[in-house]
Amino acid sequence: MSWVNMLGLVFVIGSIYGIRLMSSPVTAVSGNLVGSLSMAGAIILTLVAEGIVSIPVLWVAIAVGALSGYYLAVKVAMIQMPQMVALLNGFGGGSSAIVSLLALLGILGDIAATDKLTAALGLVIGSITLSGSLIAAAKLHGKMEQKPILFKGQSTWNNLALVLIGLLFVSIFPAGSEGIPIRAFGILVLSLVYGVLFTIRVGGADMPITISLLNSFSGVAASISGFAVRNPLLVAVGAVVGTSGLVLTRLMCKAMNRSLSQVLAGKTVLVSKESDTGAISVHEAEISEEKCKTDTEGQDDFLSFIRDAKSVIVIPGYGMALAQAQHEVKKLTDILEDMDKEVRFAIHPVAGRMPGHMNVLLAEADVPYDKLYEMDDINEGFRETDVVIVVGANDVINPAANTAEGTPIYGMPILRAYEAKHVIIFNLDTKPGYAGVDNPLYSMDNATLVLGDAAETLLEAIYCLQEMQNSG
Amino acid sequence: MSFPMLLVLFIAASIVGYRVISDVPSLLHTPLMSGTNALSGVTVLGALAVAAAAKITGYRFLGAIAVTLAMINVVGGFFVTHRMLKMFKKANEGESRENVMG
Repeated sequence: MSWVNMLGLVFVIGSIYGIRLMSSPVTAVSGNLVGSLSMAGAIILTLVAEGIVSIPVLWVAIAVGALSGYYLAVKVAMIQMPQMVALLNGFGGGSSAIVSLLALLGILGDIAATDKLTAALGLVIGSITLSGSLIAAAKLHGKMEQKPILFKGQSTWNNLALVLIGLLFVSIFPAGSEGIPIRAFGILVLSLVYGVLFTIRVGGADMPITISLLNSFSGVAASISGFAVRNPLLVAVGAVVGTSGLVLTRLMCKAMNRSLSQVLAGKTVLVSKESDTGAISVHEAEISEEKCKTDTEGQDDFLSFIRDAKSVIVIPGYGMALAQAQHEVKKLTDILEDMDKEVRFAIHPVAGRMPGHMNVLLAEADVPYDKLYEMDDINEGFRETDVVIVVGANDVINPAANTAEGTPIYGMPILRAYEAKHVIIFNLDTKPGYAGVDNPLYSMDNATLVLGDAAETLLEAIYCLQEMQNSG
Repeated sequence: MSFPMLLVLFIAASIVGYRVISDVPSLLHTPLMSGTNALSGVTVLGALAVAAAAKITGYRFLGAIAVTLAMINVVGGFFVTHRMLKMFKKANEGESRENVMG
């Protein structure tokens, strides 16, 4: 083994060890540092080993990329993390596509059949990752309609694009060097089109699955283009990323009761029908500071439930992120803890727009991570809990998932909030969630709805609780 | 490295990757994703190689674009992951810090 390969292996192990350290929040920061240092080492190794230190345009490219990347990373807000990851994913995929394309065009010398295979495959997956991720990022950033974009004959177009890509792919092999560019160009364009077709059908709540899948694609693209340019570092690190994305995709699928094969076949979309139920009867509570000032005593409403509770579980959903209410949530939990209540958070795997999204938002608001519980670890606890406070979550607490056969959420594991003594729901309205299924929890006896912008209603609740404390 | 060797490497890395990633708690899945995302920018190595090998100006320019894109991926990914991971604190950590400041 040459020294270059030996050092390369060290950097591969470094990257994997970095991920290993991410298994605990205590060591995760150093894990990320180990990963980034390994990458820096690999880049320097490549520059030296390939003897390309003396090409100015590459230094410019490195500098421009590094500075733009740094700028993006510093500027982005935590709520924008899903679109940030999607965007970066797209750039990685695009880069792999170009690498594969240039390899296919014979830049590194004559290419054998296996090189043609891997280069063409890298071009396909890289291009799909690029256009798919850019569409996903645009949707998440609100630059595009968030709802699924559906049109007539969509799956026919999708399949047509795939078949054409397949035909061009096969035609690469017998083609001589003069026939490859036109075919490569065709594959590039069609793959970009397919990436767009694949992603425009995806709506908001399906994003966790889609982002995970695109994350996997970006790794696979890097790995396969590594075959094309015969670079073991690309192959190994790309494979790890590909697996990582796949593991996350599978977790997200499980949390939404979808199968991986359905998702790979492009069925990332819930077909939701309009709910036909009329007005539902709910126990809706009004809240205002005025009311608290004039009527601090004898309130048998939800505020006294909170006041008298010993144990509280908070369930955040994407609505909390939209209302930017995580700081109010933190404020509320601080007050509850001052009142000697046990406060925990229950996090559903697909709450938010990407895996783990809620955890990051709550961490940003200084909620300690040992108060954040995964679904399976806390579901048994709802039964013994006095008060559940829901902030902007709907589908993930919808008991219809257990009973309503034939609805999109049937079979999806949920947080069993309804088992608690009281459930207080700070949601914007009573409209069905993304899945389009009415939530029977809303009309249950133990549920109280506080409708409106959660950032405001929570502040009112905090104020009222403090008034109650002071007067009592 | 030859094609079969690379294939072996691919499979080995996938298996090791699978084991390591399955150990990461869902608490850290967003930083895990942005961190591995940064790693997928490893394609910058391939981009550097093809850009350096390109004789035609157009191709070299294309290679330079690939380098830029991948560098955005790498640097952006690692820094944003760092930003996120730094926010995760345990209950007593926060309190002891407040005590020190008070």
